[in-house]
Amino acid sequence: MVSETIELRGHIIDSLILPKILDQILTHGANFKIGEIKIGERRADQSFARIEVSADTGEALDELMLRLRQHGAEVIERANVQLASAPADGVFPGDFYVTTNQQTFVRFGGKEIEVRPAMLNSAIALDRKKEAARAVKFFDVTKGDEIVVGQQGIRVVPVQRSTTHTDIFQFINTIVDADEPKSAIIRELGEELRRARTAKGKIAIVAGPAIVRTGAGHHLVRLIEGDYVNRLFAGNSFAAYDVERALYGTSLGMNPDLAFARGGHENHLRAINTIREAGGISAAVRQKLLTRGVMHACVRHDVDIVLTGAIRDEGPIPGVTTDVIEAQKVMRQKLADVTHVMLLATVQHSLAVASMLAPTVKTVCVDIDPTAVERAVEHQPLQAVGLVTDVEPFLQELADYLTESRIRE
Amino acid sequence: MRELLLCPPDYYGIEYEINPWMNRARGTEAALAQKQWKQLHARLSSLDCEVHLIPPQRGLPDMVFTANAGLTVGRKFIPSNFRHEERAGEQPFFAKWMEERDYEANWLPGNLYFEGEGDALFGNDALFCGYKFRSDIQSHRALADILGCLVISVELVDPRFYHLDTCFCPLPDGSAFWFPSAFDDYGQRTIREHVTGLIDVLPEEAVHFSCNAVVIERDIVLPEGAPRLVATLQDRGYRCHELAMSEFIKAGGACKCLTMFMPQREKC
Repeated sequence: MVSETIELRGHIIDSLILPKILDQILTHGANFKIGEIKIGERRADQSFARIEVSADTGEALDELMLRLRQHGAEVIERANVQLASAPADGVFPGDFYVTTNQQTFVRFGGKEIEVRPAMLNSAIALDRKKEAARAVKFFDVTKGDEIVVGQQGIRVVPVQRSTTHTDIFQFINTIVDADEPKSAIIRELGEELRRARTAKGKIAIVAGPAIVRTGAGHHLVRLIEGDYVNRLFAGNSFAAYDVERALYGTSLGMNPDLAFARGGHENHLRAINTIREAGGISAAVRQKLLTRGVMHACVRHDVDIVLTGAIRDEGPIPGVTTDVIEAQKVMRQKLADVTHVMLLATVQHSLAVASMLAPTVKTVCVDIDPTAVERAVEHQPLQAVGLVTDVEPFLQELADYLTESRIRE
Repeated sequence: MRELLLCPPDYYGIEYEINPWMNRARGTEAALAQKQWKQLHARLSSLDCEVHLIPPQRGLPDMVFTANAGLTVGRKFIPSNFRHEERAGEQPFFAKWMEERDYEANWLPGNLYFEGEGDALFGNDALFCGYKFRSDIQSHRALADILGCLVISVELVDPRFYHLDTCFCPLPDGSAFWFPSAFDDYGQRTIREHVTGLIDVLPEEAVHFSCNAVVIERDIVLPEGAPRLVATLQDRGYRCHELAMSEFIKAGGACKCLTMFMPQREKC
């Protein structure tokens, strides 16, 4: 979608020039948004209108502008963005522009340049030679980089709600509360995942330890086995719990299969030690030390595992990225081509991932805490569904549906 | 008493083609053109008005069409900015002549085309202005700024009726006669909204430049060839003076194109 702003002045109401312009915009398949309108009060007073016109392609817009100019529309030359140099490595100039995760364009040298990637809470660095604009974090910036400051010359194009089809993601901030039925929406979600799999979309799971601790790991394994997972984002603890469960049947010493089971952390530490000794999760699978569980399934089914660390971690398990800046970079890179994300029972990890998603990524958040769900979906207002529920019944129902529908296939 | 500006057709002829009527191969008969112009001059002089003449210039054959010299309101004269280079040379002669008679020249920005009274006619309490073929709509806003009046812009869509005065003729009682299909839908709606008692001119009469008429109170000087229109106007109490205009119609002009009001109105 490309757009221009036009201004109309004169006796545009009495002469029906304003309705004529609006009609022409619509009959050419373009759209308009009236930004400002001032109607003359007395008979001889002139009126004024500022209208943003948007069309699918630059050519269509240019042709339309040519027509509108004939009827007196003045195309407003948008101002270029203002730039300032980064004063030091890792420091933005004062008044730097802070991005949203929406598609954003900057105007420079009379051209519109798209900011890539569309990334929340970043600054924009402009490369004059390459005529490229990129969203940058503090650690990306080096002294002297030209950074966009102020608001001038910036155009943000919010994701539009699709009018051509409806799916469960087409409702604004859909959150299904704890006391509401979920089966229908889980079935819809199952269909969406099947469509995504067929269309070669990339499905990412962000998994919290609660999946393993509630004994839902094997349901996730069923999704992995059904090729519904392309990438797994988790912390060191998720992997540790999963390995402990696989090796000892416990998680943090507790056996989820026994009611009121109690136990110490011993198994947890022994599990981590086993993986460290093996040289990592994949190595442990190869050595047949790790023969079940989510991690095992991921290795067997070529699911990309992205593990990041936290302060309280034990170990860590080899392969966990413990440098937080490095972890951000890796996560961003691994999220770049993702089309669907399921944030399952993990507050911190979900929020971190949600803040890195493009607004077009279809997002499902499942958590027992309504606040966690709300916070995770707020960045994806038109593409997110939140379910307030224990993750175990959710995964079971989803896996059951997909397994059964696979049988039906 | 109304004052009018005319220009003798001493150098008139079809020397270029800038509208669908002009055809250099066909040309005009100079003697007949002289005769027809003199009849117009005599008729206008016989009515309650004073006719001024501007000296014609060699190489400016269309200078005879004084309606395109500019627009005069009170003592303000807004010179034209001709769209075609062929006519641009007329502008300094008209402007100088008007300034010498103490009219204050109000120049439009050079990049805005405007062809004077040919595209700007007062009707009721508004100034109706045509655009697209010759004048730019942007010039209308500049006129509104200079004159402080309501300017109604209407789009012309038939290249045969390339100036407003070829298809729209306001009458002193607030009505007008016009050829509707020379305007786009919005222009037609606009005119219908602002003008009451409109008289539609038939296509077969409109092509005789019937709308290109000079109206002096109850007298209307118009080209011959529009019996239905004349009958309607007579029914409304107007005296119609029909003149042969064949030699000027060959260049896309007739009675009104050959005449500029000085001023068209005393004030807006």
